[in-house]
Amino acid sequence: MRIIPAVKIEQAVRALCRRANTVLRPDVLAALKQAYAREAAATAKDILHAIIENASVAQKEGLAICQDTGVPCVFIEIGQNVSIQGDLKAAVNRGVEKGYREGYLRNSIVRDPFLRGDPVFTPAVIHCDIVKGSRVKVTVLPKGFGCENKSRLRMFLPTTPLDEIRDFIVDTVKEAGPDACPPYVIGVGIGGTADYAGFLAKKALLLKVTQQSRSSDINAARLERELESRINKLDIGPMGLGGKCTALAVRILTHPTHIAGLPVAVNISCHALRSASLLL
Amino acid sequence: MMDTIKIELPFTREKLAVLHAGQKVLLSGTIYTARDQAHKRLAVTLLEGRRPPFNVKGSVIYYCGPAATPPGKAVGSCGPTTSSRMDVFTPLLLQGGMSAAIGKGKRSLSVARDFQKHKAVYFLTYAGCGALLSRYVKKKNLTAYPDLGPEAIYAFEVEDFPLIVCIDTHGRSIYDKG
Repeated sequence: MRIIPAVKIEQAVRALCRRANTVLRPDVLAALKQAYAREAAATAKDILHAIIENASVAQKEGLAICQDTGVPCVFIEIGQNVSIQGDLKAAVNRGVEKGYREGYLRNSIVRDPFLRGDPVFTPAVIHCDIVKGSRVKVTVLPKGFGCENKSRLRMFLPTTPLDEIRDFIVDTVKEAGPDACPPYVIGVGIGGTADYAGFLAKKALLLKVTQQSRSSDINAARLERELESRINKLDIGPMGLGGKCTALAVRILTHPTHIAGLPVAVNISCHALRSASLLL
Repeated sequence: MMDTIKIELPFTREKLAVLHAGQKVLLSGTIYTARDQAHKRLAVTLLEGRRPPFNVKGSVIYYCGPAATPPGKAVGSCGPTTSSRMDVFTPLLLQGGMSAAIGKGKRSLSVARDFQKHKAVYFLTYAGCGALLSRYVKKKNLTAYPDLGPEAIYAFEVEDFPLIVCIDTHGRSIYDKG
């Protein structure tokens, strides 16, 4: 049994909050640069240029890439041979609080969804998973709410043709339109249960957006390609002002599901798709 | 794309009237941040006939909740938030004399008509580019509602803040094209 003190998790979360919020993921930056090179329209090019420039200013000056530093979503994969000593949840939230405070990130959380009240930094949304081995992987995904607000879930019939599912995903992007900071990355969760599909859609945003990192599932990979092609014909473009790039990528995660159903969840990310991981 | 024009605040009817949907503008002067909760409070204040914490007449409202200000900076990351969430309050602010709003994304049809009716302009600015936009803000002062934290109203002194006209005083919208 490997012992990891909770304070190590706290330190990891603290560092990751700052890194994720100020250093744009290299795969996302590369996809934005490709989009810039492909784009012909002057306005779209101008906006993509500003987005790329923004990432550079943020990194150089240690500023938040976006003022909406989001709900900190923390994914922890705990090796089954690890024993964490101390209060894990408290450690994660202390890490978030410190990282956000020290990084001059925004307190965007209200303690009570009804009463609202003074915005604070925590609690984070924490997803824990038990995996093989003796290591712990911590990932922080700060999720802005302009795009989170455009998420959708539908429980399809097990006999629903694939066409309808494609339409649902494309319509979700159409409905988001210019509001959620396109070009988007579209996370899709297919299968499981209603809650699990939602989780998979969010987790899909952690996958790299490069061409080489498609789903290993042949059907999902084909669907990713088809959806990217259809979504990029919508002419929403950067800031919704038209252009060839509406989605930098579509990423799909699937899971076995029930004979009676087919849950499909879509989680849209803005172009400022931020996440950072550390392996302990 | 049309030429970029520089505008010094305050806005006048003439300065607003020449703007066209799609035009790029560099704005200088004082603008006020206000987002969801500040809008709710402003709306109640205006409905009750009380004095709002800043002069709404002729004002420019920026839908923004900035990140904290790091030492040595005038402001932290400060990009626009989704404008449509403010649609329900916008008619009241336009009646109160707001001359322009800055945000991201579409407005409802009825709010777009209200901008035209009140000869006001709705601008877009670079969405998701809060770090870049912080360079154009020279000063940030708390104006009202400090308990709201990032949702408080701040006066921003801006210099050449980059904008794109989305809805002009003639009711044309950049999103209607094609």
